[in-house]
Amino acid sequence: MNKITRRQALGTAAGALSALGIAGATAHAAAADSRASIPAGTVDEVYQGRRIQITPATSGAGHHGGHHGGGHDGLPTVRIDGRELHVMRNADGTWISVVNHYETFADPTSLARAAVRELQGAVLAPFAPMGGTA
Amino acid sequence: MTVRKNQAALTPEEKRAFTNALLELKRTGVYDRFVTTHNGFIMADTDSGDRVGHRSPSFLPWHRRFLLEFEAALQKVDPKVSLPYWDWTADRTSRSSLWAADFLGGTGRARDGQVMDGPFAYAAGKFNVNVRVDGRAYLRRALGEGVAELPTKAEVEAVLSMPVYDMAPWNSSSNGFRNHLEGWRGANLHNRVHVWVGGQMATGVSPNDPVFWMHHAYVDKLWAEWQARHPKSTYLPAAGTTNVVDLNDTMRPWNDVTPADLLDHRKFYTFDAEPVPAAAASQR
Ligand SMILES: [Cu+2]
Ligand SMILES: [Cu+2]
Repeated sequence: MNKITRRQALGTAAGALSALGIAGATAHAAAADSRASIPAGTVDEVYQGRRIQITPATSGAGHHGGHHGGGHDGLPTVRIDGRELHVMRNADGTWISVVNHYETFADPTSLARAAVRELQGAVLAPFAPMGGTA
Repeated sequence: MTVRKNQAALTPEEKRAFTNALLELKRTGVYDRFVTTHNGFIMADTDSGDRVGHRSPSFLPWHRRFLLEFEAALQKVDPKVSLPYWDWTADRTSRSSLWAADFLGGTGRARDGQVMDGPFAYAAGKFNVNVRVDGRAYLRRALGEGVAELPTKAEVEAVLSMPVYDMAPWNSSSNGFRNHLEGWRGANLHNRVHVWVGGQMATGVSPNDPVFWMHHAYVDKLWAEWQARHPKSTYLPAAGTTNVVDLNDTMRPWNDVTPADLLDHRKFYTFDAEPVPAAAASQR
């Protein structure tokens, strides 16, 4: 409880300032190691005190195994503070995540930011929640 | 025979029996198995791949069977209990008796969304959220925050008037009754209610909130009303559809039941107000 309260404080007003600081640092680090090698669609930002990393789909590379039984191929990997967020693409090109599963978003970044707001400082559970998927 | 009633009409004793049965399923671990099953399907059902529980024609029969199993589990605890339904076109504010402390409890507090009253509040110690997508073990809600308004009667009417059950490509981009009721298209009925409640109801582990069952019992009733209104329309597709449950295909996870087996709810339960068939309605 205590931990969540503290994390949450970070997510609000006080966190906004430090977030700017961290965001700056992250951008510098990225610039230092060859910016050109970062594929289009890659995101590494700090939003409301949480680190959002989005890696575009690269067939097979860096993939968690066997989650969707194939349906997951071609999806970007979205992480919040290093923990993977389950995301899905709708037929019309919009996106949903496991923490906003009935509401669509235009792109993975707005989806990840919505997840940060929804989490209110809480940490994502391991990718397949207890009991796992089919 | 089980009669499903409007939650607004339940007596205090009926409310108590229902919430006590929920707490007992929670205590024995049965409740959480339903949450796990639902999340497994919601994460695996995709528009371009195999899809059974959601974003597909079998959304309605799948949830009908899922609710039947849950209701049977409740009735093992207390044979007098049946699933109430929440008509969110009528009981559309956070001041509804549905959210009172003697029933489901109210919205979450501002700080962390935690529900603080009623039998399912974390502090009451009987309803920890165990199957979860993040670290929080307490039931959360944010009634009316994710979206301001619940669907209206007029919006429901417009969807009920659609004569075709479902259409290719049989997913979240389909035209037709099923997808408009599910809410991926059009005014957005079922999906919007999940978002309106917020908290766990907006996530893949939505059955963590007991209102899940009452929301889906009403979605299920709307399917029955649609059938009464369109007696010549039926479940589609009929056969031979890749990745999709056809009328006579068996559905996972049960593998012993088809949409055809589930079309007539009266084999299993009736509603306090049964849908009136179109012919009878027009004679009035
Ligand atoms: Cu569902
Ligand atoms: Cu639902």
